[in-house]
Amino acid sequence: MKKTCLVSIAAVVAIAFSANLRAGDISGTVTLKGTPPPERDIDKSSDKNCGTPGSKPTTHHYVVGAGGELANVVVALKGITGQSKGDSAPPVVMDQKGCEYSPTIFAVQTGQKILVKNSDPTLHNVHVVPQAPGNNEKNQAQAPNGPDLTLAFPKAENFLKFQCDVHNWMFAWASVFDHPYFAVTGKDGKYTIKNVPDGKYTVQAFHRKAAPASSPASQEIEVKGGNVTADFTLEAK
Amino acid sequence: MPSTANNVWLHRFSLLTALATLALIAVGGLVTSHGVGMAVPDWPNSYGYNMFAFPFSKWVGGIFYEHSHRLIATVVGVLVVAQTRWLGGRAARLPLAIIGLGEVLGGLALLQWAPQWQGAGHFLSGIGLVVLLAAVVWVRNEPAERPLRQLGWVAFVAVQVQGLLGGLRVVLLKDEIGIFHAALAQLFLVLLCIIALLTSRWWHKVDGPALSSGLPMQLRWLVLVSSLLLFGQLILGATMRHQHAGLAIPDFPLAYGKVWPAMDPASVELYNQRRLESVSVNPITGFQIGLQMAHRVVAGLLLVAVAFGAWLSWHSLGLSCPVSKLALAWTGLILTQAGLGAATIWSGKAADIATAHVVVGALSLVVAGVMSILVCRQAALADETAGLEPATDRLLHSPFPAHTPVAGYK
Repeated sequence: MKKTCLVSIAAVVAIAFSANLRAGDISGTVTLKGTPPPERDIDKSSDKNCGTPGSKPTTHHYVVGAGGELANVVVALKGITGQSKGDSAPPVVMDQKGCEYSPTIFAVQTGQKILVKNSDPTLHNVHVVPQAPGNNEKNQAQAPNGPDLTLAFPKAENFLKFQCDVHNWMFAWASVFDHPYFAVTGKDGKYTIKNVPDGKYTVQAFHRKAAPASSPASQEIEVKGGNVTADFTLEAK
Repeated sequence: MPSTANNVWLHRFSLLTALATLALIAVGGLVTSHGVGMAVPDWPNSYGYNMFAFPFSKWVGGIFYEHSHRLIATVVGVLVVAQTRWLGGRAARLPLAIIGLGEVLGGLALLQWAPQWQGAGHFLSGIGLVVLLAAVVWVRNEPAERPLRQLGWVAFVAVQVQGLLGGLRVVLLKDEIGIFHAALAQLFLVLLCIIALLTSRWWHKVDGPALSSGLPMQLRWLVLVSSLLLFGQLILGATMRHQHAGLAIPDFPLAYGKVWPAMDPASVELYNQRRLESVSVNPITGFQIGLQMAHRVVAGLLLVAVAFGAWLSWHSLGLSCPVSKLALAWTGLILTQAGLGAATIWSGKAADIATAHVVVGALSLVVAGVMSILVCRQAALADETAGLEPATDRLLHSPFPAHTPVAGYK
């Protein structure tokens, strides 16, 4: 009798514990339908320390693969707050090379550190221009190959802008979330959001031009102890 | 009217100060046109260097425009302080000494007790030393008569306010201050040009018969209203430029292919999705589109008002009258402005064209200011002829009393 009780209790605890551990990944591919407008030329001649002579740099609003795979799409779960682990998350590194930011689109959690490096042999200023109340605007000088700047933002915000005013073509955008369930598509258009607990969610895909913050693409999905695929097709306007 | 032959060096100095200010506005225009107003994050230092010791090798990208703007501003500041001292004569030494000492002490106090205001502290201390220097060294000259003396003091205050505004815009990260800084710059240029005018030989040669007393009332009001409208247009332009969103409307004379563009949120979102920016990447808004449409409408109204004023002046006063000549010049400037405005849009807001648009706008405002002074003087002369006590008369007489030798001049 005593043994039966113990086994029953153990089984209940195990079932309860395993329910809490049930999670899955959400992954997919984002593709672009339609032809985007032509990218604009960038003139880097104002600083001879930027770029390679003879190169013809352009903007990168749309980074599209041969099969329509769209990079730099921020995919995130909607409506989740207060689950940021940013304080303990490893820092995200953004570099300045050839007078361009790398990466230009990235995502972080609230409170997560962003290390800004300057690998260029020239002065930059790192000017962050947030819109969300609570995220403060800053403008900091950064010497050539100088020490890293460390930034963190306490409030969620989509496409928080970084710019260099010395080189007026340099921009990057950070999406700040109050939870860890987000990813950014690579050049293959693929993304994976890991360890999403079981449940029903709305997954949103944001692209600065094809699916701006005011009108992202959305899908309803359910995670039930396994992986889920959520592909998106965005349209060039 | 007493001769101004004795004031030729003062006039030349005032002209130099006005021209330096025009150059300052041009470079300031380039700063905003290139979107590099924040390229030097600290002030009054530059990347930690004293601004006068910043190595030329580091004047790269946007730093070149912003740092040049600060250096030229320093030159203008010194010129204006010197002009104030010259216009104020011996009597200005004590006030300048008190103000200079106050600024130095105020600046040091800020540095000591309010480190977050250290930029303002360094600025005040620096300009205070220049003011003290003007107070303690100079020849003993007689002051100019009112209103030149007073205008000199107004310029003295204005140039320092401008310097502070420019610096605070950077360290406080406030775009709104940039709009006020730009608008005040235009008024400041007008003030300096009026000082140059009032010290000129031409001003003292132009008298009743030359100006003619037959100035129609409508022309006076047209000039004054057009001048106010022009200033409003410049504020609209400054507000547009400091949105840092590039061209809110990419075509002209239509707007997004229509006479009046759609400005609903869905349309604005579509405009943003379709435009790929290389600089000035802030998204455009319905408000900015409305601003540009207002700017276009006011431009049309201005062109009509100024051209009508030129016709009225020519018709009633004849072409030999200075007012008519200026009115024609003003019409030419407004036409040029309209062309530059269109070119700004057609060129995709090329920085040099956009800046030329700013400079010609400033010159248009200068002509508006001079025209306003002339029509006021015309009114005063007409009142005098009619035997009335001219309220504006004292404002418009020669600044130097007749037969009074001015020490230090030929």
